[in-house]
Amino acid sequence: MTSGKAEPGNIFADRFGITERDLDRLLSVALSRGGDYADMYLEYRTRDMLALEEGVLKSATKNTFQGVGVRVVVGERTGHASADSLEMSEMLPAATAASAIAFDAGPVPPTLPVARRRSVHNLYPVLHPLADCELAPKFLLLEEANREARAYDPRIVEVRVVLANEVKHVQVYSSEGAAAADVQPLTVLQVSCIAGKEGERQIGIKGGGGRVGLEFFELKSPSYFARNAARQAVLLLDAAEAPAGPMPVVLGPGWPGVLLHEAVGHGLEADFNRKNLSAFAGRIGQRVASDLCSVVDDGTLPNRRGSLNVDDEGNLTGRTVLIENGILRGYMHDTLSARLTGAAPTGNGRRESYANLPMPRMTNTFLLPGASSPEEIVRSVDRGLYAVDFGGGQVDITNGKFVFSASEAYLIEGGRVTAPVKGATLIGNGPEVLTRVTMVGDDLAMDEGLGTCSKDGQNVAIGVGTPTLKISEITVGGTRK
Amino acid sequence: MTSPPHGKDEIPEVSCAQDREQLARGVAEEAIQRGASAAEVLVDEGRDFSAVVRLGAVEKLVQVSSRRLGMRVFHGTRCAISSTSDFAPAALHRLVRDTCDMARATGADPAAGLPPVELYARDLPELQVCFPAAGRLPAEEKIAFARACEEAALKYDPRINNSEGAGFADSVTSVTYANSIGVCRSYDKSVCSLYAAPLAELDGLKQRAYWLTTHPDLGQLQSPQQVGAEAARRVLRRLGARRVATCTVPVVFDPLTAGAVLKRLADALSGTALVRQASFLTGKLGSQVASPLVTVYDDALLPGGLASRPFDAEGVPSQTTTVICDGVLESYLLDSYSARKLALRSTANSNRPLHGAPCAGPSNFYLKAGTATPDEIIATVRNGLYVTELIGFGVSIVSGNFSQGAAGLWIEGGHLAFPVEEITIAGNLKDMLTSVEAVGNDLLALGEVFAPTLLIGKMVISGS
Repeated sequence: MTSGKAEPGNIFADRFGITERDLDRLLSVALSRGGDYADMYLEYRTRDMLALEEGVLKSATKNTFQGVGVRVVVGERTGHASADSLEMSEMLPAATAASAIAFDAGPVPPTLPVARRRSVHNLYPVLHPLADCELAPKFLLLEEANREARAYDPRIVEVRVVLANEVKHVQVYSSEGAAAADVQPLTVLQVSCIAGKEGERQIGIKGGGGRVGLEFFELKSPSYFARNAARQAVLLLDAAEAPAGPMPVVLGPGWPGVLLHEAVGHGLEADFNRKNLSAFAGRIGQRVASDLCSVVDDGTLPNRRGSLNVDDEGNLTGRTVLIENGILRGYMHDTLSARLTGAAPTGNGRRESYANLPMPRMTNTFLLPGASSPEEIVRSVDRGLYAVDFGGGQVDITNGKFVFSASEAYLIEGGRVTAPVKGATLIGNGPEVLTRVTMVGDDLAMDEGLGTCSKDGQNVAIGVGTPTLKISEITVGGTRK
Repeated sequence: MTSPPHGKDEIPEVSCAQDREQLARGVAEEAIQRGASAAEVLVDEGRDFSAVVRLGAVEKLVQVSSRRLGMRVFHGTRCAISSTSDFAPAALHRLVRDTCDMARATGADPAAGLPPVELYARDLPELQVCFPAAGRLPAEEKIAFARACEEAALKYDPRINNSEGAGFADSVTSVTYANSIGVCRSYDKSVCSLYAAPLAELDGLKQRAYWLTTHPDLGQLQSPQQVGAEAARRVLRRLGARRVATCTVPVVFDPLTAGAVLKRLADALSGTALVRQASFLTGKLGSQVASPLVTVYDDALLPGGLASRPFDAEGVPSQTTTVICDGVLESYLLDSYSARKLALRSTANSNRPLHGAPCAGPSNFYLKAGTATPDEIIATVRNGLYVTELIGFGVSIVSGNFSQGAAGLWIEGGHLAFPVEEITIAGNLKDMLTSVEAVGNDLLALGEVFAPTLLIGKMVISGS
């Protein structure tokens, strides 16, 4: 495969000899006891990884994943069975096992469709796929990052550079006519730098990628990520303790958009709302943010890590408005939540692999830009925190409480950014925090392409973005009062 | 209701140990024939089943059949790693060839290689880690467990008015290890679990909590009624939670959150983190790193332990390791690579996720129980926090920096007074370890890493 362009049926027909007749037979077995809906998810994925440590290419890794997940839905019930195989002899027992969910369904299985929907976008054409690339040019990327990071400062004691790329072939085949196939490249370069001084150690991690080829690194060079990782590690060595207590916080553009992912994103996934488990349940049409805030989830941004030509249920991805000028407009749906709530699918049905059930998940989630300049936003704060980089975040979707942890932050004193402070967790209440957004910058940026979201134990690649924004008050979890 | 015919007869049997050993040995030999100087192969095969019930009705029945072959190939001191679930002979030949080619292309690392042969001299321990009872249980009985568990939670109190569900899960995994110096061994292991996750509501504000029981042996699980009732108690005590003002106070961690903190200690003791200079415990072997009340073991031989196993992911026989004794750091958690790098001996702590590289990590890792009951510990605190929930990723094992979202109960005059939430607790793991002032007697294996109730003298609470 030389590009991300989708060619329906490709590898599963060509390499594994799976015909549409085979797929129809599997669907018939899956629905043999009845049921409202059935689908099959075929996956063949290769993942290559190179790791440079101590200046040496320490390991090369190659993983191959293949298998099928067969799902049968009856009302609110789902049966799913998976096998690590694409042989009919092992897929058929999976279809039989999945059919068992329809233990009390009517005796008449639905008839299979004649017409099949095959259309997908073409969002990630790749010029130079890493999968086809010799070792030498990839090794040069690693070496460049290692050299730049070590040269940045003598206090850098260790550098680890990892280049990972995967190619995931998928085919979704459903009893409602989906027959989408896609080839999804995913590349990431990550640089971790450890800085040390008098028994103290700090880490800086930077990196980026997306559904891209080697050409990505011409625009965002390994040196760029390496210098930033080294800078962050060294900066933290001299950082003061973070403050504790509620205060105004200014978030920088890009990855700090993880705020949106945790504070509102998860709470707006339709499965939680359908079951009334979310703090946002039943709040469509109500104000959940200041009128400066419009939040969208968009799976169609070209080459982005969180983008998909087609979701894992065969639905086209799209742009879903979640919050418009502060008013809650909609949820993110998978096929099941759309069916049970009478909504249209939004292309947010995603799964980690064939062994997992799809769920409503985010793609690229971001806040639309406002009118303020970043400078005037910072100037408006007398005493607060300016946070430009974050580690991970988490949310309790039931009570709405969420956290996200700063990995690079500074004090704002008298309208100026001053001393760097050590990492601190910020905690807030999802349905409240965006009502406290009092300024939104004109500098929307998306993240660099490192984000992974975990839900119910399943990891998927996501993106986030935000312009510079000001929250009038949020609790900062430092140690200095 | 008709029973769901998820009977065992429909499931193709996992292949026998003899077949897997033949496969693993064959792949290792083929790597040698292709020019590798050494090779090892790990084969995992498993079957998982889970049933989730929500508001009394079956919501999900999920079955997973998995298999994976992982290899590590050495060309002198150069190394490559691969894995696949495609066991077709042609695919395996291709993977062996590619892995050998990759190994030639990597850089030399004097510490790379198979474990030294003397590590294999010990006999494998006699250890029961597979209990077949759960596998024989019909699906409808597993569903009944989950249903009874949820029902116990829902009936506990009228304020409990919704549920994220309750579930039963069980799995059996067969593991085989073989290498090119003639080591070849296998074991089977089982695990089952039962959980409930009820919601309660007060004044329009919802709370959720869960409780889980998990054990290799079905017979050792807590009863559905116990699990449901405990989940109910945990969610009810969150109702009406409020914030508290920013302050510095003693903090009592319940066993669940103490276990989460201990997990970060295990991460910091991993040889893989240590050789990357990525741990605040680098260079601390032999020194006092914790309060004298703290003794920590890593024990892969623990009877009934969730991570118990006869050998690690390098085939090295399991052992019991005293990690911290009366506050003194006595051992790291090492695989053969990190042991060589640090001029120490492997502690049989190689863990290998088959889709990734081998790394050093904990087996059953726990903090030894003390003598005080949780109530006695709480009674010593005049004004402080009892933590029952931790969220977020604000812990760095590199710097020890600790800042986490928390919820729990406020302690006033030695008693649990009212629920609190939307606060953070912050400090540094280095200081937290040295300021452990009490250790509870309530040690229970809630997971692979577990701890009793812990009192930490002083942390900063950030709130309103």
